[in-house]
Amino acid sequence: MTTIAGKEKMLTPEIEAFIEKWKGKPGNLIMVLHRVQEEFGYVPRDAAFEVAEALGIPVAKIYGVITFYHFFKLSKPGRNQIAVCMGTACYLNGGQDLIDECERILGVGLNTVTEDGEFSIEAVRCIGCCGLAPVLTLNGEVFGKVNTKQMRRIIQQFEGK
Amino acid sequence: MSMIKCEINGLPVSVPAGTTILDAAKGVGVTIPKLCYHNDLDAWAACGICVVKVEGSPKMLRACATAVGPGMKVVTHDPEVVEVRRTVLELILSTHPNDCLQCGRSGNCELQDLSADFGIRDIPFEKRAPEIPRDTSTPSIVLNPEKCVKCGRCVLVCQEMQNVYALEFIGRGDGTRLAPAADVTLEESPCIKCGQCSAHCPVGAIYEKDDTKAVWDSIKAEDKHVVVQIAPAVRVAIGEAFGYEPGEILTGKTYTALRRLGFDAIFDTNWAADLTIIEEGSEFVKRFAGDGPLPLITSCCPSWTDYMEKFAPDFIDNFSSAKSPQEMLGVMSKTYYAEKAGIDPATITMVSVMPCTSKKYEITRSDEMFASGYQDIDYSITTRELARMIKQAGIDFPALPDSECDSILGQYTGAGTIFGVTGGVMEAALRSAYYLITKEDLEQVEFEAVRGMEGVKTAEIDVKGTKVRIAVAHQMGNVQAVIDQVREARKKGEELPYHFIEVMACRGGCIGGGGQPHGATDEIRALRTRGIYTDDEKSKLRCSHHNPEIKRVYDEYLGEPLGQKAHELLHTAYTERPLYKK
Repeated sequence: MTTIAGKEKMLTPEIEAFIEKWKGKPGNLIMVLHRVQEEFGYVPRDAAFEVAEALGIPVAKIYGVITFYHFFKLSKPGRNQIAVCMGTACYLNGGQDLIDECERILGVGLNTVTEDGEFSIEAVRCIGCCGLAPVLTLNGEVFGKVNTKQMRRIIQQFEGK
Repeated sequence: MSMIKCEINGLPVSVPAGTTILDAAKGVGVTIPKLCYHNDLDAWAACGICVVKVEGSPKMLRACATAVGPGMKVVTHDPEVVEVRRTVLELILSTHPNDCLQCGRSGNCELQDLSADFGIRDIPFEKRAPEIPRDTSTPSIVLNPEKCVKCGRCVLVCQEMQNVYALEFIGRGDGTRLAPAADVTLEESPCIKCGQCSAHCPVGAIYEKDDTKAVWDSIKAEDKHVVVQIAPAVRVAIGEAFGYEPGEILTGKTYTALRRLGFDAIFDTNWAADLTIIEEGSEFVKRFAGDGPLPLITSCCPSWTDYMEKFAPDFIDNFSSAKSPQEMLGVMSKTYYAEKAGIDPATITMVSVMPCTSKKYEITRSDEMFASGYQDIDYSITTRELARMIKQAGIDFPALPDSECDSILGQYTGAGTIFGVTGGVMEAALRSAYYLITKEDLEQVEFEAVRGMEGVKTAEIDVKGTKVRIAVAHQMGNVQAVIDQVREARKKGEELPYHFIEVMACRGGCIGGGGQPHGATDEIRALRTRGIYTDDEKSKLRCSHHNPEIKRVYDEYLGEPLGQKAHELLHTAYTERPLYKK
């Protein structure tokens, strides 16, 4: 049984070793997909097919999981990833304004990547620091109590880096 | 088995442990409405319309997914419960296109029925029916996600019953789509076109691709000689569209209806089933004698061959190369019949009426389907499509007289008719293989061991001292166990567990096909099966090799079974295919 014909291998030996370690354990698919996304920044289609073959699960089940959880991405994000919190506290404190400002500065909408591949913006659910609302993260670094005026400066810190 | 005593609407109920509230209520004459639940499947509890009150429970429980407990007191209907159900319906309808008049399920839609019963006149919620394009990529079925009520039946059928995993829940919440994974069309997915998703869909979200217009156009065209054939399982199910009980044998009326629709020649797939048996039976005898790989596996079911080519290509050499009856009749019409009747085969349009959506795929599945020099079958329509054509033509089906089908591709034996049920191809093949091996006819032609709804049936048949081990599987998901058993024996170099295996993709065989009238349950499948066996029992001839029209076609045209001409016209080949085309 070949899932898809004639493709070069995408998964690294490290990921394959990781899969081997988790094979047969309950909940392994989520762990493996986390590992894949950590490597590529998203779950590339070919990687999903290889995971299916390695774990002996239908491709459909893998996509069921990837598309269920917002965390997993199916397309390559920008080199710098802006994640604006839209949990209740941040939402009430102007999360949407931050998103609007990001979109204005970068010229792209939510879940899209700037033409040069540098930045992408996404809205995320509560990231667990409501006291700092509104919050955003840039490449995992947390920025709290942000207002729209600070947005350009924050982005500039990462430009070209 | 321990019995549970409980109370439903004050009525005492005693049912086996594990019975759901839904089924227990049915036993005392109480119908709880359902939309996502289907008897073939485990409860998914998606829709919430079957909620009931249970004393001591702070919230309403879903009757489809809740087993009765000892002393449980259930209220299935009171104004509050009915109001909740109404809200469930209104919410579903607020995201439904509600264009029932243009819907293929108008008149037998489970959502439409519920709306009628509840007297829904207005929807108090904001209307949100997203526009999503249809998937028309396969020749067999159409996905119309706009109509989807997200009950989950199709996904469960595709995954649990059929083990195909072409469909999956993609996304979440109200954005969920029931679709192929990895951004492919259904055609590019592992779909085997069995159409069981369409047979189980409660609404018009999955349906057969309608080819009736092309058939009407052919009938209308004056320069076309339009030939039609009906499959074994059609005759015991078509009546359901006209108020008959399932299983009523309506062969004669169907022939008459086809004639009145304007077809020029009426043939019967059962005749070609007899022909298939001669070829496949001979193939088995040859291989059983040591010439060719065993086990031999039947290949009449195009969903099964598609499944094997994708999921078990290591069995390609085991498949019978004999074409399915549909294809055999197609090629024989455009060669033998054309020659005998003095008709230019280029002017023949060949239509087949099948219980099956996959047959639409089979007609162009490989080059061998053009063995006559033309496309051997031009259009394949389902039982449902034929029923619609009969209604459109204003034919009062129950009032029709019986008639005979046309010679020379029509007369059939009981062996041909039982092709329509699980175990039938095996039984028909054994009846003739016994003769081919021993040169004697069986005294008793029935093989009870291959009959019935068990997912995998196995038996050892005694052919005058020689033991033939057989297996019969139906409902695609059941076949994996048989395949694994053979693989295991191969790996260990052990004796093969079976010499001959029959597989049909649909539950119960073709009588439960994806193109049959909607609403099939095991009760209905049993009635249709009974009809098929009755047709066999009342046949004067019950073995394919006794069919005089089959003998004649070999004498006059084909020569020997498995001979050169037979090979050119009646056999095909298989090839490994990837699960995903991209």
